[in-house]
Formats: sequence, structure tokens, C-alpha cells
Amino acid sequence: MTVIDKVAPEGSKAGERVSPRPTFRHRLSRWDVKVSPYLYVAPFFIVFGIVGLFPLLYTAYVSLFKWKAGGDDPDFIGLDNYKDLFADSQFWNALVNTISIFLLSSVPQLIIAVMLAALLGARLRGATGWRVGILLPYAASLVSIGIIFANLFGSKYGLINGVLQTLGLDPIDWQANRFASHVAIAIMVNWRWTGYNALIVLAAMQAIPKELHEAALIDGAGLWRRFFNVTLPLLKPTLIFVTITSTIGGLQIFTEPKLFDAMPGSNNGGSTNQFQTVTLYLYQMAFENSSLGYASAIAWVLFLVIVLIALVNFFLTGRLARTPAVKKK
Amino acid sequence: MRTIRNSLVLALGITMTALGATACNGGGGDQQTPAAAAPNEHVDLTLATFTEFGYEALIPEYERLHPNIKITHRKTGQGGPYHQELTTKLAAGSGLADVTALEEGHLSDFLDKGSKFNDLSKIGPADASPDRWLGWKYDAAKTKDGKVIGYGTDIGPLAMCYRKDMFKNAGLPDDPEAVKPLFATWDSYFQAGADYSKKTGKAWFDSAAQNFNAMVNQLPEGYINTDDKLAVETNQGIKDAWTKVTDAVAKGESAKLTAFSPEWNTGFKQGAFATKVCPSWMLGVIKEQAGPENANKWAVTAAFPGGGGNWGGSYLTVPTQSKHPKEAAELAAWLTAPEQQIKAFQAKGNFPSQVKALTDPALLSQTDAYFGGAKIGELFAEQAKKVQKPQYKGPGDGQIQENASSPALQAVEQGKSAADGWNQMVESAKKITR
Repeated sequence: MTVIDKVAPEGSKAGERVSPRPTFRHRLSRWDVKVSPYLYVAPFFIVFGIVGLFPLLYTAYVSLFKWKAGGDDPDFIGLDNYKDLFADSQFWNALVNTISIFLLSSVPQLIIAVMLAALLGARLRGATGWRVGILLPYAASLVSIGIIFANLFGSKYGLINGVLQTLGLDPIDWQANRFASHVAIAIMVNWRWTGYNALIVLAAMQAIPKELHEAALIDGAGLWRRFFNVTLPLLKPTLIFVTITSTIGGLQIFTEPKLFDAMPGSNNGGSTNQFQTVTLYLYQMAFENSSLGYASAIAWVLFLVIVLIALVNFFLTGRLARTPAVKKK
Repeated sequence: MRTIRNSLVLALGITMTALGATACNGGGGDQQTPAAAAPNEHVDLTLATFTEFGYEALIPEYERLHPNIKITHRKTGQGGPYHQELTTKLAAGSGLADVTALEEGHLSDFLDKGSKFNDLSKIGPADASPDRWLGWKYDAAKTKDGKVIGYGTDIGPLAMCYRKDMFKNAGLPDDPEAVKPLFATWDSYFQAGADYSKKTGKAWFDSAAQNFNAMVNQLPEGYINTDDKLAVETNQGIKDAWTKVTDAVAKGESAKLTAFSPEWNTGFKQGAFATKVCPSWMLGVIKEQAGPENANKWAVTAAFPGGGGNWGGSYLTVPTQSKHPKEAAELAAWLTAPEQQIKAFQAKGNFPSQVKALTDPALLSQTDAYFGGAKIGELFAEQAKKVQKPQYKGPGDGQIQENASSPALQAVEQGKSAADGWNQMVESAKKITR
């Protein structure tokens, strides 16, 4: 079509010998380049397929049955579990609780984590000590944390109510009051995860080249300006990662509300399910009620909710930390 | 269909998300007349228990008496997870111990799956006859078609515990004999509580749910009637118990402490309530939670509102999964024989359920210094004989108690009206049995 096309030789140039067949070694090395990478990554995908993808799909399959653990043959009921689920007020209640606890934990947690990281990045005496220090809550056993916090937030003899009463304030019934119970659980989550997230953000912060800050400094940017216009935009990929991992963790929250319940071993999430999360409800349906089909339907709806909220977060975080367009005068 | 279901079971085992499976008995689950092993053939038996059964010293003794038998004891801490795992393994068709312990509160759910347990009245040794046990204890482990799936271990006869010092301060009698009239009926008990709370401004009992459970347990039928239908709304006894308990809550008689919560434990130390429904095993709980500083303040008396009752106790079963059911049944019978029940009682305080053990001097002479030297062996033996017959508990009974009635009563204690609480209980119970 064009001139260039015509210039391209058809294959046999005078004087250049093209070997008619590549040698075996040659072919082997070409295969090596082409195929080996797939072999190297394959183990992950095989393991993921067995312990990740298969259960996911199998759960979808189970959710189409009325399936009682230890009962007779499961009955195929199509999408009835999902129909029941969408009409189940306890499920919606659990979903609202989950999102409420998630917002109360993730939002302050990430803001504080970024601020903590900024502080830890400053010149500190014994920097490593401080950095390890904020990770300690993460290393503590979740069960013991749960028991300690349940004691702190006890309605009659809890330490926090004791302090409130000493200050002349009314005690709060952390168990009975729906919002108070969400706050208490969120505090438990934040206490554990803030330091963990702060360290990830700190690592990303330290990877920002000093020159950028120096250049901004020379341009006359103050501390805040540099933080918002240099640090935050460059942290964007890390913030997206941290937001998505905490979305997944936050929406699957299970141990904290379970241990917060005064009734030992209860999955009710309080006397009127005021802090029952979706995962607790799922667990109750699967193991106390033996309704495997229904529990599977909950699991799938929760999965979709997590994907949806993770996507929303992805876009929100992207907008938040977007490099602002340089204003032209 | 069988192969399909088998592969489903396998798949479920892998998933870890959707746990448990269909009624598929991995291997020969239908065997009814198991063959005994040859007399000197080596046999490995497993025994699964939870919390404390007091079998640590008994197992080596049994192995000494039976040189060809080797016992592996699997001991688990908490009852709740233990029974969930049991359900899963029962459904999966493998993994259960040859002798598997079952708690009374979970029994109804397993009686419902009676086909997966050996009938001990058929395969057990001849000396493990029904008359060994208290009648109601033995009968409670019978399925509807008359199979006996478990040998009774301990029991939890109910008595009443109270704080002597708090009674005295309120002008009530405090001698164990003199307080008995207060605990004659539930009406007299709640009336005394109303007076006490009015006078002192303090709570009479620890939590509404604890008393309600004891009251419902005394009825001939529980939440589920003998047709296996939900009877919460139709059983007048349940409604009456609800009314009495919630009235008492309204009069300030409840300390509103959820049983076994950290707050409840602190409540014992603080003297937050004056009385406590007391199964025999509760004495240990009180001692531990109230601590040495409250020694001699607590007392126990051989009286319980409405006669007697039982709360707690376990059974030893032999699942059909067992490869050596005959030997397993022999071990279970031996462990629950009077002599061994007395030893378990001496080791861990588990109260015996065998008639002969209840008249044993070792039991009757047992006193407790913490409770003012009360003759607790004799006292609880007396209370155990007051229990008439086992309550019929249908499938889901335990779950209704845990997830319908107890939370609803807790909600009433947290400020919900009694009528709304009742509706909450009925709705939750309906959902559980759906």
C-alpha cells in the first residue's frame, strides 16, 4: 500500500542464509522464553483455583439448594434463598450494622494512619522503636484484645463507664445502645489496624524522592501544601491498596463483634442483633441453624457487596489523591 | 445419587466456607450388629470429651484392666465449638471418636439423628442395665423409636444458692433450713425478691434468662411439643414463666447480668445479687468468681422453686462410625459405672447420675467449707431424686433457648417492654424452626 511496504523484503535476501529448520536447542530456548513464565506463575493459580475459586463457585452452587447440614438430600430451589434473603429484615439489619461499623472504623483509621506515617517519617530519636511500637497492637492476639475490650466496655463494671461516672457523666450501656456498640467495636478495630496501615503508608512515603520536596520548598510551598500536593498524590497507589484491603477486612468483620457480645459464644450480636454483622449472621445460619444453602447465599451477596464497595473506594481514593491540574493564569 | 453426594461431601471438605454436608454416612453406617474383636486382638479406641469429665486417672486404669486396649483421649476446652464440630463430622461421615461425649443441652439435636448412633441397649454389656441410672437421666437419651444413644455421666440437680449476709441485712432468715419456705414455689420466690428489692434497692437474682431456663426446664414439654412442632405460643407454661420473670425484672429484681459474661463474674465479687439458681456444678463457679474474700457468705439449701430440676450433665455415645462399637460401648459403660462416677466426682466434682453412687458414703459425706460446711453431697443427691421425668426436647430446643428466649429476656432487661420482648422471642423461635 505504502512505499515502506514495498521496501520490506519478502524473505530471501541475497547472501543471507536462512536456516531451513531451527535446531532443537534453539526451539527449546524459544519455548523456554514463551512457556516457562506461565509454569512459574502456575502454582499460585492452581492453589488459588483449589482453595479460592472453586469454593467461590461451589458456594454459588450450594446457594441454589435448601441444604441442611446432616439432613436428607438437599432440594434444588433455584434462587429462592436469594429471594428470602432480600426479604429478610435480619439480613438488612446486619448489612447496615456492617457498613456502619466499617465506616466508623476505616475512615478514621486511614486518616490517622496517614497522619501517623507523616509523624513517624519526621526526624525522631529512636525511630525504629516508635515504628515497631505502633505495630504492637497488630501482633497481639485478637481473642485477648476482644476479651479486654469487652471488659473495658462493660455496662456495669466496665472501666470506661467507671471513668465517665467519675467525671460526673452518665454511664453508657455499650451493649444495648446500637450506635454505642458500633463505636466500641470500631475502636477495637482501629486500635489493632491503625499502626499496621501507618507502616505501609510510611514505607511508601519514604520512597518519595527528596528532590520533589526540595523543589517544592524552593517554589515556596509550605508544609501543608507539600503534604497535599506532593506527598498525597504520590501515595495514591498505596492508599488505594490500603483502602481496598481495609474494605475487605472491614466488611468481613467477625471476631470483634462476636467477642463483644456479653453472652459467651453467641452469634446474635446483642439482644436485638444491634451489632450482628453479615459474617456473624452467615456463621449463625451455617453452624447454628445448619442452613448451608442460605448461608451460601449470604456469602455470595456479601462477596458482591465487597466488590461493589471496593470499586467505589477505588474511584473515591483516586479522586481524593489526584494530582491537581496546574492552574494557568 | 450416593456417588454424587459423596463427591459433594468431598468438595465441601475442601471448601472450608460452606462446611458440613448431607446425610451421607461415609462407610458402613447401617451396620446394626457389629462383631466384637477377638478377645486378645489389639484395639485402639478414641474418647472425645469437652471441659472436665475427670477421666484422667480412669483411662490408665482401664488400660491396665484391658491390656489389649489402647485409649486416646481427645480433650476439648469449650462445649460450644465441640458440638459444632461433632455435627460437621457426623454429617461428613468420618472423624468422630469411638466414644463421643454429648452434653444434655445439645442432646435433642442428636436424638434427631439417632440413626447415626449405636443403640447401647443392644450392644452394651449386660450389667449396664437401665436401673443403674436415675430413671429420667436414662430415659432422656432415648430416641422416639426407643433407641438408647448414650450412657449418662454426670447430672446437674438444681438447688438454690443465696447470700447469707445480704439476707440478714434485709431482715430475712439466713439459716439454710429457715430459708426453705422462700424457695418453695416460683411465686414465693419472686414475691420475696420483690420485697427484698423494694427494701434494699438491690437485685434479687443475676439474670432473667437463668431463672427462665430453669422454669421452662421444669415443664413436661419445652419449646417444641412431642409432634416436633413449635409450641412457644401454645404452651401456657412458657407464657406463665415469661410473665413471672418479666414482672420480676420490672420490679427491679434482676441484676441484668448476662450469665458467664465478664460483668456477671464481677457481679459475684461485688455481691450484685442475693440469690442464684444453682445446679451442682455452679458451686465451683461461685467459689472461683466470688473468691476467697466471700467465703462463708454464700450458702446453699436443699430447696428449689417448684420442686426440683436438672441443668447440665452429659452422655457418652458410640457413633456408628466407630470401627469397634462393642469395645467402645464397654468402655462407655465402665466409665459411667457407679465406682467410676464417684472417682470422677472426687476428681472434678461432676455429680453422679447412678442410683448406687447417690447412696455412696464417699458422696454423702462430701461437705464444702466455702458454703459454711454444707453437706453438699447429701443435699444434691436429695435434689436429684426430686426430678420426676425428663422434659421432651425437640430438635432446635437448645437453639431457641440460646438465640430466641435468652436474647429476648436480655432485651427486656435493657429496656424493651415485656410484650415486645415476647414478640421478639416468638419471631426468632419461628425463624429457627422454619
